[in-house]
Amino acid sequence: MVGQSGVKRWVWVMLFLSPGLLGLLVFIVGPVIFSLGLTTFEWNLLTPPQFIGLQNYASLGQDPRFWAALEHTALYTVLYVPAVMAVAFMLALLLNQPLRGRAFFRMAFYVPVVSSWVAVSMMWRWIFNPQYGLMNFLLGLLGIQGPAWLFDPATALYAVVIASVWKDSGFSTVLFLAGLQGIPHEYQEAAQIDGANAFQRLRYITLPLITPTAFFVLITTLIGAFQVFDQMYLMPVEYAQRGTTVLVQLIVNNAFRYQRMGYAATLSWVLFAVIFAITVVQLRLQKRWVYYEL
Amino acid sequence: MFRKTVGLCIVLVLLLGALSPALAQEGKVVIRYANFTAGQDRAAELDQIIAAFEAEYPNIKIEPYNMPFGDYFTMLQADFAGGDPPDVFELNYENFVAFAANGVLLDLSAYVSEDAPYYPQALHAFQYEGKQYALPETFSTVVLFYNKDLFDQAGIDYPTAEWTWVDALETAKAIRALGPDIWGIYSPIQFWEFYKRAAQNNCQFFNEDKTETLINAPECVEALQTMVGLLEEDVMPDPAEQAGVSDSELFQAGRLGMQVTGIWMMPAYQEVPFNWDIQLEPGMATKAYHFFSNGIAVDINTEHPLEAAAWAQYMTSSKTAVDVRLAADWELPTLNDMSLFESYLAMTPPDNREVVFQSLEAPVPPPTIARQSEMQDIFDELFNAVIAGELDPETALNLAKERVDSLLTS
Repeated sequence: MVGQSGVKRWVWVMLFLSPGLLGLLVFIVGPVIFSLGLTTFEWNLLTPPQFIGLQNYASLGQDPRFWAALEHTALYTVLYVPAVMAVAFMLALLLNQPLRGRAFFRMAFYVPVVSSWVAVSMMWRWIFNPQYGLMNFLLGLLGIQGPAWLFDPATALYAVVIASVWKDSGFSTVLFLAGLQGIPHEYQEAAQIDGANAFQRLRYITLPLITPTAFFVLITTLIGAFQVFDQMYLMPVEYAQRGTTVLVQLIVNNAFRYQRMGYAATLSWVLFAVIFAITVVQLRLQKRWVYYEL
Repeated sequence: MFRKTVGLCIVLVLLLGALSPALAQEGKVVIRYANFTAGQDRAAELDQIIAAFEAEYPNIKIEPYNMPFGDYFTMLQADFAGGDPPDVFELNYENFVAFAANGVLLDLSAYVSEDAPYYPQALHAFQYEGKQYALPETFSTVVLFYNKDLFDQAGIDYPTAEWTWVDALETAKAIRALGPDIWGIYSPIQFWEFYKRAAQNNCQFFNEDKTETLINAPECVEALQTMVGLLEEDVMPDPAEQAGVSDSELFQAGRLGMQVTGIWMMPAYQEVPFNWDIQLEPGMATKAYHFFSNGIAVDINTEHPLEAAAWAQYMTSSKTAVDVRLAADWELPTLNDMSLFESYLAMTPPDNREVVFQSLEAPVPPPTIARQSEMQDIFDELFNAVIAGELDPETALNLAKERVDSLLTS
């Protein structure tokens, strides 16, 4: 009897899960397996795919565009991730204070997050315009001759990082804010009674206890940084894209401009491998700096 | 009982709904026509041509798919990959070769009559290995636009058909001297301009059997050098000086003396508050002008080859298609009969509209290979490095040869 009802239960479970599972199989698992298989083919969409073994992987080594894109992606990540984390943490500390109009500021810093990159890019293209943009106007007031920003391959990437930090910090701020509010008041109060000043409380109570949040923010922003696309595609002028083309752009170009579906699939898997490796390293390292209690 | 009846009715209505489009077109052959030149702007003109065609061929119905150029080839390729391509579709000359080489186009040789009025060079351009895989639809060329008022202000003569790039540079300097915001000339430094400049200096793009590029020969380096020279002499803005303002916006603002661009810009310049005209573009060792062309091809697996070919022919060479195009100043039909173009030539500005047809005397179609976009991107990336001063023209073309050669062999 027990066995039969167990089976029955299992059938019901599967029945209720099936819509979601089916979607997962058809739209996620299927394409993932298909794309992995595709890495061993050459396919231009017009004629049937041709099996070429591991040649796509071998081509990576000789593709100067791949190495440049890897370099740009890494540089973007190295600049963007620490900046987002620092800015977001600082904003969260400020917004955690009992300020007047706190709700307004919390909303204000979140507005860029929900704005479309298309609109945001247009604004930053104007700010960074070397002739009539706000940025170089302000630098000019300080007596500094500003660079050409998005119009120069040497500076375009930095401009995109600045815009990205501006747009994305709000999201991590909300996470940090939640983390800060999760720290029990008792700890702060006990430390205050013991005579700890504000800096000491930040250093010995807030910082250690925010590390689980920081770890989550670090992992998610890292993954996001490696997958950067919209702003790189939208902001630098074509002339400057030589200094900014990232991996996802390379995947799009190979798939839809050069009709090299197999090579594009290979690049996607390389991107996946890089993200996977970095995430595993982070998970290992977390034991050294993430505290779940004092 | 009531519930069952309602249920049955709903099922019937749904079934009818699914069948009705098929019923409406019963007995008619539906030809799906994908294109990128009609878009939103010219959809009404295309519908006009379709209506005239359907009146003449009552058994055929044309279903147009107007797509923007940016997405067009991706969507077309996805349709092919999915095994459901349109029956008839537009191809630009550069993409034509890739499609023909992949064997997905219907041979239209049998459908082109001896006395078809197509411009012979265009008809020839859409042949691959001796077979007519598309019919030439429209053509465009690039000419020298110039701001007459700026020329008058600088007290210099207007450009002539005999001009070389040396003359153009000297004139550009005189116009540049009019003010810090006034630029002498704009001639883009990219693949499309370069292949033509190369031809003007007798530089050959490929060897006979297209197994190798000859693009680093001295004539080619010299051609690229004259293009970059405009930047070095400061008569043309560099990307930072241009600051996101397009060359056409500069021209429209009256801040550009000369602009090398396509005749497709003429409708946009009708309302500018200064006098302008066009002239044949300057040359180097010889004269050579762009020849950009769009063609119409038919899917090799279409169920209705006769009807599809009839539409391709009508769209490319019927009197109706020609008249509608010219009246709308759309694109120019690729037909070899000047009497068709009288209304077009009568429109001003520019006064010197004959230049459009004079440029057909020394046309150079773009060099094409199966891996076209990749080749173009290689050139543009290297040219951008030249603009930035990181590479000199000779090094850039040596690198271009190396990288394009690998596309030809792999």
